[in-house]
Amino acid sequence: MAKYIALRLGQSIFVLFGLSLLIFFIARVVPGDPARVALGNLATEEQVQKLRAEMHLDRPFAVQYYYWLKSMLRGDLGKSLYTQRPVTTDLRQYIPATLELILFATLISLVFGQVTGVLAGYFRNSWFDNLSRLASYLGVATPSFVVAILLLFIFSQLLKLAPSVGRLPLMVKAPPTVTGFMIIDSLLAGRPDLTLLALKHLVLPAFSLAVIHIAQEGRITRSSLIENVQKDYIIAHEVHGIRPTKLVFKYLLKPSIIPTVTVMGLDFAFLMSNAFLVELVFFWPGFARYAVNAMLSKDLNAIVAVVLVIGVTFALVNLVVDTIITFLDPAIRIQRRGG
Amino acid sequence: MIAEHGVRIWAALARRRRGLAKGWYKYSRNSLSVLGLVVLVLIGLTAGLAPYIAPYPEHAAAYTNFREAGLPPSKDHLFGTDRVGRDVLSRVIFGYRFSLLLGIVVLSLAVPSGVVLGLLGGYYNGTWIEVLIMRITDVFLAVPPLVLAMSIAAMLTPNLFNAMIAISLSWWPWYCRLVYSVTASLRNQFFVREAELTGASRMHILFKEILPNCFGPIMTKVTLDMGIAILMGASLSFIGLGAQPPTPDLGTMLADGAKRLPSEWWSTIFPALAIVMVILAFNLVGDGLRDVFAVEEV
Repeated sequence: MAKYIALRLGQSIFVLFGLSLLIFFIARVVPGDPARVALGNLATEEQVQKLRAEMHLDRPFAVQYYYWLKSMLRGDLGKSLYTQRPVTTDLRQYIPATLELILFATLISLVFGQVTGVLAGYFRNSWFDNLSRLASYLGVATPSFVVAILLLFIFSQLLKLAPSVGRLPLMVKAPPTVTGFMIIDSLLAGRPDLTLLALKHLVLPAFSLAVIHIAQEGRITRSSLIENVQKDYIIAHEVHGIRPTKLVFKYLLKPSIIPTVTVMGLDFAFLMSNAFLVELVFFWPGFARYAVNAMLSKDLNAIVAVVLVIGVTFALVNLVVDTIITFLDPAIRIQRRGG
Repeated sequence: MIAEHGVRIWAALARRRRGLAKGWYKYSRNSLSVLGLVVLVLIGLTAGLAPYIAPYPEHAAAYTNFREAGLPPSKDHLFGTDRVGRDVLSRVIFGYRFSLLLGIVVLSLAVPSGVVLGLLGGYYNGTWIEVLIMRITDVFLAVPPLVLAMSIAAMLTPNLFNAMIAISLSWWPWYCRLVYSVTASLRNQFFVREAELTGASRMHILFKEILPNCFGPIMTKVTLDMGIAILMGASLSFIGLGAQPPTPDLGTMLADGAKRLPSEWWSTIFPALAIVMVILAFNLVGDGLRDVFAVEEV
């Protein structure tokens, strides 16, 4: 197992190195002078030349990459041209908000997806099953920003059930930042009222992200439940008179959850990219919105950093998912031990 | 000699027709796939004939008429008008043109390059060519495709054409992986070995012997991906990294309309439904094709 993880880590590092080279290459070959973009049209030619020298833009590509890699390994990703602060400072400020959103969305989609799947599998071909099938077709075809706009329109603007944008109401002072997670920070500050407000703000964006996954996970769980229900060991348990609830939760759900976990890595990729759109709709002050602003203002250092952070997270999530599956599925565990 | 040739062509055509009939039989068993196909044909016709169908073709460009701005749906404007007085229905019809164009351009760039690289990688399995191609593929797959496309589109100048390039660049690896796995599994089959032994050229082996076996999975994926490529294009222009105003792109229209919610809901809701409809149609057709080809492969 340790050998497998070490191998996977090695591969990830290689791929991430390649990714940094790729994105750095694209950032440098595109037309336009990053130094000029950074300083704006009012700067004199001398100022631009000075910045070019500082950013090593006057040197060959390989030398530029070497300098960038050297400072990156020291934890320095350069200065954001958009916020005029070190990129790492920006990232530290914005990542927790997105993480809170994505984790909450994952939680929602896991819970609702499993419930939907179990119900649809149990009441097969009922109206509920058909409704969830329709929802999964629509879910795949609906861009997350459309979901976000529709939810915002219906629940916030028409029915006035949920607040519209941001993490807290404008007039409310945020609790001091400790973890960056609004829910945890407000509890640490001893303000459960703020926790409730933060949760209310979190619900709509999180559901915008989760809807697609609820529909899909529901379908996956349903089909693997139906597949497993016909297996001999289930029939044997049934004959022995084990209670249906115990049968479902102990003997059916565990093997049926494996396919759901398998797609979690891919799901995370979807959540991450869809967060870009959902944060935009809900003015969520997170990493993805920061990234979009960096992209719109052609902030090269920030773009490179954003892509790398996502690459690293993606690699880690995939590794964790694969490890979890190994623990869940005895067949894969034995196969990997042998290999 | 000529007669014999003619008979052979005739027989081949008859065989192909039987194959098509069989495929259509399998496809049409799923009524949703048929519905998807009908919707898709309608959308295609609408997009193709946009200048003749759209009630106000001139509204697809930078047209303003503030006296008619923000009108709700009515007999004159079925989908209402947007904030500068343009007919939303006309813009949606033209929007389909750009969506389909984006899907077609992206796939005709990404599919051939991915397929050729996948063929090479699979055929030269175990050599440095495979290692080189597949490791580069891994690098492109290291971030979600939408994120990669957004970053590339941002670094180039944001417009519709660059959005197409950016999406293609993040799209080919999926085809490379698909064709690679099929090719690698066929690499040591007898028909490939035999072709090698009889001295067939590399080109012949790759494109005439191996490639036809990848046709089914590629076709299915292409149809499903048309929907996803359109979705990505709309996402990019929604963010502002794709088509720029006044191009009547469905994504830009949504971004523009969302600012006017909830009062002028029609300038958002109708383009949103239009996006969902085209993607849904491609997905349904793709599902149908999967049924056709999956049975064929066994």
